[in-house]
Amino acid sequence: MNTASPIIEFSDVSFKYRAQTQPTLKNINLKIYPGQKVLIAGQSGSGKSTLAHCLNALIPCSFAGDMSGSLRVDGKEPSKLGVFGMSQTVGTVLQDTDGQFIALTVAEDLAFALENDNVPQEEMVEKVADVADKLELSDFLSNAPGALSGGQKQRVSLGGVMALDVKVLLFDEPLANLDPATGKRTIALIDELLKREDLTVIIIEHRLEDVLYKDVDRIVLMEDGQIVADMHPDEMLCTDLLPCHGIREPLYIAALKAAGAKLKPSSHPQHIETMDVGEYKSKVKEWFESSNISRMKSMADTILSVSGVSFKYDASRQIIRDVSFDIKRGEMISLVGKNGAGKSTLASLICGFYKPDSGKISFYGQDLKEKSIKERGEKIGYVMQSPNQMISKPMIYEEVALGLEVRGVPENEIKERVNNILKICGLYPIRNWPVSALSFGQKKRVSIASILVLDPELLILDEPTAGQDYQHYTEIMEFLCDIRKKLPVTIMMITHDMHLMLEYTDRTLVLTDGRLLMDAKPEEVLTNDGICERAYLKRTSLYDLAQKCDIKEADEFVARFIESERAIGKQEK
Amino acid sequence: MSRMISYEKKNTPIHKLSGFTKLVFFLLWCLASALTFDTRILIAMIIIGAIVYIISGTKWKQVSSVFIAIMFFMVINLVCIFFFAPFQGCEIYGSRTDIAHLFAGYTLTKEQLFYEFNVFIKYFTVIPSVFIFLVTTDPSELAASLNGIGVPYMIAYSVEIALRYIPDVQDEYHKIKNAQEARGIEMSSKGNLLSRIKNTSAIIFPLLFTTMERIDVVSNAMELRGFGKKKKRTWYSKRSLQTADYLVLAFIICFFAATMIITFWDGNRFYNPFI
Repeated sequence: MNTASPIIEFSDVSFKYRAQTQPTLKNINLKIYPGQKVLIAGQSGSGKSTLAHCLNALIPCSFAGDMSGSLRVDGKEPSKLGVFGMSQTVGTVLQDTDGQFIALTVAEDLAFALENDNVPQEEMVEKVADVADKLELSDFLSNAPGALSGGQKQRVSLGGVMALDVKVLLFDEPLANLDPATGKRTIALIDELLKREDLTVIIIEHRLEDVLYKDVDRIVLMEDGQIVADMHPDEMLCTDLLPCHGIREPLYIAALKAAGAKLKPSSHPQHIETMDVGEYKSKVKEWFESSNISRMKSMADTILSVSGVSFKYDASRQIIRDVSFDIKRGEMISLVGKNGAGKSTLASLICGFYKPDSGKISFYGQDLKEKSIKERGEKIGYVMQSPNQMISKPMIYEEVALGLEVRGVPENEIKERVNNILKICGLYPIRNWPVSALSFGQKKRVSIASILVLDPELLILDEPTAGQDYQHYTEIMEFLCDIRKKLPVTIMMITHDMHLMLEYTDRTLVLTDGRLLMDAKPEEVLTNDGICERAYLKRTSLYDLAQKCDIKEADEFVARFIESERAIGKQEK
Repeated sequence: MSRMISYEKKNTPIHKLSGFTKLVFFLLWCLASALTFDTRILIAMIIIGAIVYIISGTKWKQVSSVFIAIMFFMVINLVCIFFFAPFQGCEIYGSRTDIAHLFAGYTLTKEQLFYEFNVFIKYFTVIPSVFIFLVTTDPSELAASLNGIGVPYMIAYSVEIALRYIPDVQDEYHKIKNAQEARGIEMSSKGNLLSRIKNTSAIIFPLLFTTMERIDVVSNAMELRGFGKKKKRTWYSKRSLQTADYLVLAFIICFFAATMIITFWDGNRFYNPFI
């Protein structure tokens, strides 16, 4: 379809980091043509980020190593031009939108690259106004980063690289920290830019279903430093390549496959909205009628009761408004809502970091009002998003023991309790390792273990899987399920992840602008259009599939599919 | 949870001045305060400082905790002066008027009291200017100004980044402190001082590590957008000096000259009411 010469051409490129013995990229051959939108997918460690770093010259300029083969981007060699030289051609949008917001206001951040390029002030002001206009940021030019929503931040980081008239836009996991609706908008924005401007777009992401919201020309699947497949999404989705290489398929595709349908590229499975499900309809219906569900309603005692709680930091903004809910013992609950809806604040109120202005929070019927943070901490454990925010000791054992030591627990009891928790958390064999030698997932376990050792009855986790790929996500979630079987602990999770909410939690609390919008089963939430829109959630594609197949009880369909997925997951283990 | 001594955008005459003007004002003001011991000048400076403080719309909660910390050190300073040099005032003013004998070799004199009063009000000439400078100066504009007076832009930008991250690091500190307190690591006034100092490490290390992570991301982001590759850079937020700036600059230069003349006119830094 393209007669032009490729804008990006990898020929036989290999790269080995200096610190490693094995090459991370092995004989990569890849041609990308101007105007294409390419999705690069792969698990952590598959080499997809390394591939991206070759394009913006961070490799070999910032990360040292041995590179062979040849790479041309717009006719130039990145390794010769350096990071700065390449920044004029390839604009990189990083995963962490907060981290890459360098300056104090939107305007200055957009201007940052121009400032460094020594562009005169008048010209810069014009250029910034122009880019802001394209990205609908003109009204926010003097705003500080903290005053922006997640989606606006994402647009600012995009604007920051577009100010230089780049030809290639490279997105490194752009959706990782965004709520689902904002993620969807970001993808739509990228699509629009691609249509309007003279650009080539490369997206590295493992949230495949979200990226496929808009057309993608190719999916390049990587594993172990090699390209294992390079196909059109319609073709790729009909194969089993994605799940085989640790990438999660879109849910509707998984459901169709589970129902026994043989997918064909001609039915255009890329988007559920436009897919032709005609020939699969009967299969899906058949499957739906034959499956059933064994759900139990929790009849346990109420462990935590929040009633009529309101809170504001200062007079100008009410953060939590009259929120009431109960949590039953043994439940696994998700707390969802858009960025800034008040989820973390609500958790902070329960832990006693802030005091509510009105309302009551009680634990087994006992008012928590007079309890200090420390006293609450013995019953309610709080795990922060990044384990690095919690770990303060160099050794695993010391870290887990810390909470008991400061409580003056006798030493032999500490030893017994710590060892017991380490065994439960699968950390016992490595108990004498330094924390610095651990992977992110292992650190996460250590930070959870260091809370569990205090024997809390309720565990609150802030975004336990944020920024993790499917494999690590599964690892963390299975770990939590396992904990729940071994210890009598109730779990509440703050999350953006719709899959997590559907797959692992019994009940979902939806928070919007400080109000509790809905308290229901996850499948009921994710099939309710009105709620999804207001809470910045994304309606699950299973709902669309059910609709298309004329199944009226969409939430029941979702529940049965998730149940069967869980059952399959268990068999595989 | 208020953010301390960080820039807050407001629309006051002080905020409208260029960063360069404020920087020059701040430096000369502090220099004047450091050099003089003339009570009349110090009192005049307190009055001017108070007026500027009010105009700048600085809120008490923006500065309260830092103010209290400074007060703490000031009291230590004043007490120490008395214990190490109980007759410093007499030496300076050349006379001795006893008020009361305290103990051993320590006698309270009017001269000593007056001298320590001068030290005391010196604090109050400088403190408001530091606060006003920090809360009214946009860090990026300050960086542009610094670069404008010849400071290399790498250094100027480092200053900006440092100021820009004060609020972020404060937020992070609060988050980590809360989570650690929930684990039982007592940081509030309930615990004793020694264990609190020991427990500080439970906050400092995680804070350090997360800050390092952040630095890593920011420096990559900066490099990807071409920071530091050219010898010069321009500034989006640079402001040219306005009439008000020239007036303020003229005022502070005259004021500084006047204080120096008054201070050293009689060959002595001290104003002596005991003659």
